[in-house]
Amino acid sequence: MKILVPVKRVVDANVKIRVKPDGSGVDTANVKMSMNPFDENALEEALRLREAGTATEVVIVTVGSEKSAETLRAGLAMGADRAIHVKTEAPRIEPLAVAKVLKAVIASEAPDLVILGKQAIDDDNNQTGQMLSALLGWPQATFASKIVIGAGTIDVTREVDGGHETLRLALPALVTADLRLNEPRYASLPNIMKAKKKPLDETSPETLGVDIAPRLTVLKTTEPAGRTAGIIVASAEELAAKLKQAGVL
Amino acid sequence: MTTLILAEHDGKTLNEATAKALTAAKALGAPVHILVAGHSISAVAAAATRLDGVAKVLSADAESLAHQLAEPLAALVVSLAGGYDAIVAAATSTGKNTLPRVAALLDVMQVSEVSKVLAPDTFERPIYAGNAIETVQATGKLVLTIRISAFTATGEGANAQVETVSVPADPGTSQWLGAELSASVRPELAGARVVVSGGRALGSAEQFEAVLAPLADKLNAAIGASRAAVDAGYAANDMQVGQTGKVVAPELYIAIGISGAIQHLAGMKDSRIVVAINKDADAPIFQVADFGLVGDLFTLVPELVKALD
Ligand SMILES: Cc1cc2nc3c(=O)[nH]c(=O)nc-3n(C[C@H](O)[C@H](O)[C@H](O)COP(=O)(O)OP(=O)(O)OC[C@H]3O[C@@H](n4cnc5c(N)ncnc54)[C@H](O)[C@@H]3O)c2cc1C
Ligand SMILES: Nc1ncnc2c1ncn2[C@@H]1O[C@H](COP(=O)(O)O)[C@@H](O)[C@H]1O
Repeated sequence: MKILVPVKRVVDANVKIRVKPDGSGVDTANVKMSMNPFDENALEEALRLREAGTATEVVIVTVGSEKSAETLRAGLAMGADRAIHVKTEAPRIEPLAVAKVLKAVIASEAPDLVILGKQAIDDDNNQTGQMLSALLGWPQATFASKIVIGAGTIDVTREVDGGHETLRLALPALVTADLRLNEPRYASLPNIMKAKKKPLDETSPETLGVDIAPRLTVLKTTEPAGRTAGIIVASAEELAAKLKQAGVL
Repeated sequence: MTTLILAEHDGKTLNEATAKALTAAKALGAPVHILVAGHSISAVAAAATRLDGVAKVLSADAESLAHQLAEPLAALVVSLAGGYDAIVAAATSTGKNTLPRVAALLDVMQVSEVSKVLAPDTFERPIYAGNAIETVQATGKLVLTIRISAFTATGEGANAQVETVSVPADPGTSQWLGAELSASVRPELAGARVVVSGGRALGSAEQFEAVLAPLADKLNAAIGASRAAVDAGYAANDMQVGQTGKVVAPELYIAIGISGAIQHLAGMKDSRIVVAINKDADAPIFQVADFGLVGDLFTLVPELVKALD
């Protein structure tokens, strides 16, 4: 079984981002970038399936700028076998465009399973996996917290609003990973060195014949109305009195 | 110009998320139809007919829709889409699962988690865990998911007709095996007026329950949790509040033993009044709290329960 894992380079989850004062976007210059956390879960799961002998090859792919090669190297250092860089300097690539590019990659790679992150923590779109699955005509299981491979099928436990549910999908299938799927590994130093020699192929949306022009226009990006710190009360009694005063009880 | 809302329900009752999505949908300015898709859903469809301002309810009743699987549900919505200019769903786990499929099949971009409708084609939505707000403009057919904590629910007062629609054949590539749903007598987290949330500091599932339940009972509150508390097994996954969990905006949110990481704040910072109880006076949660209480939660929470008598 071959598994494809799409990964995205995003502002690190621990960075407190800054909105540019002119409303033109979020300042990403000189901030720490990392692999999207959910994509680490997706990759970790694929690696475990390979280590268990269920999968034979794990291929990672990203759609993004020159710099997103770093994210691919990080994924290779975690243990992916090879990487595909769909290079574009387009400032904004929407989930629909990413899904179309991935569909084109899948046409030649022919994986049996695609595992994506459930959501990119920059744009918080939560769309790409579902869109890709629709374009491929494949079954999907989003927000996965557990995966069990069967004979030509995959059972996926999903985190849903009311708790959990389990689906059985016919392969090929698409899964999006939630954070509780697993605990991603750190890349060891020897593996970081080895990753430099692993194959990293380059292509582009143009070569794949995919139009990635955005469909939505971002008019502006602003800071949310902030909350300000209130007061520290001295005791539980004072807190109770304040809450009564505020009329929330 | 008509808008179609995909109703949120559990097969028996219409979820309040639908009435909240309706408020957002009405701001588009066009007549609104509600699609109730499921199996044996006549009671849900009847409830939808009463929502104020609904022009028509479409009922799609088939076994293949019983578990709201994304493939048949999206195929149904796409089969109806020709008659609509906007397709809307609450950003619940079902809405988030289904609507991007619909958007891709219609070759349009979805606008996720709309928090404000500025004009019929212009929307605000939070990005970067709510640390920035993006204003986006769409052209052509709209596919929107609605952040329900940002909208009040539309009330009742209509008496719309129910029309039965046919259901496309199920591709049959996925099968529902079962569910483990949390049964709680408490108000639903997403719509509760008061939320009491616990973090890693609660230390165990037993203490989580023992410390928070009396306070939640007293306030008729829903119980929430931080990701750390859920990961540690103190609380169920559906109780997680935050960027990856539920987004809530109650009248009163009480964060107990929660540090206030940005991913947690993403799920609760639009609450009207925030209270924080934490032994670390420098915990970031105090920066967003209206009232802070510094000290050990294991003594302060029981004291608060007593003080509320
Ligand atoms: C991609 C991503 C998504 C995430 N999504 C979410 C999300 O949706 N929701 C979420 O909550 N987190 C999320 N997180 C995790 C988040 O970053 C934090 O790790 C998490 O919120 C911490 O939980 P906590 O506050 O309970 O634990 P901690 O940060 O460990 O805080 C515990 C707090 O309890 C206090 N404390 C300890 N003992 C006591 C005591 N006896 N009395 C009083 N106070 C005490 C401590 O001072 C501390 O402030 C996400 C992280 C990532 C990377
Ligand atoms: N530019 C990209 N390149 C590769 N994968 C991506 C890209 N954007 C999104 N993805 C994948 O799609 C998932 C969901 O992203 P989104 O729909 O943008 O929230 C991510 O977790 C990635 O697995």
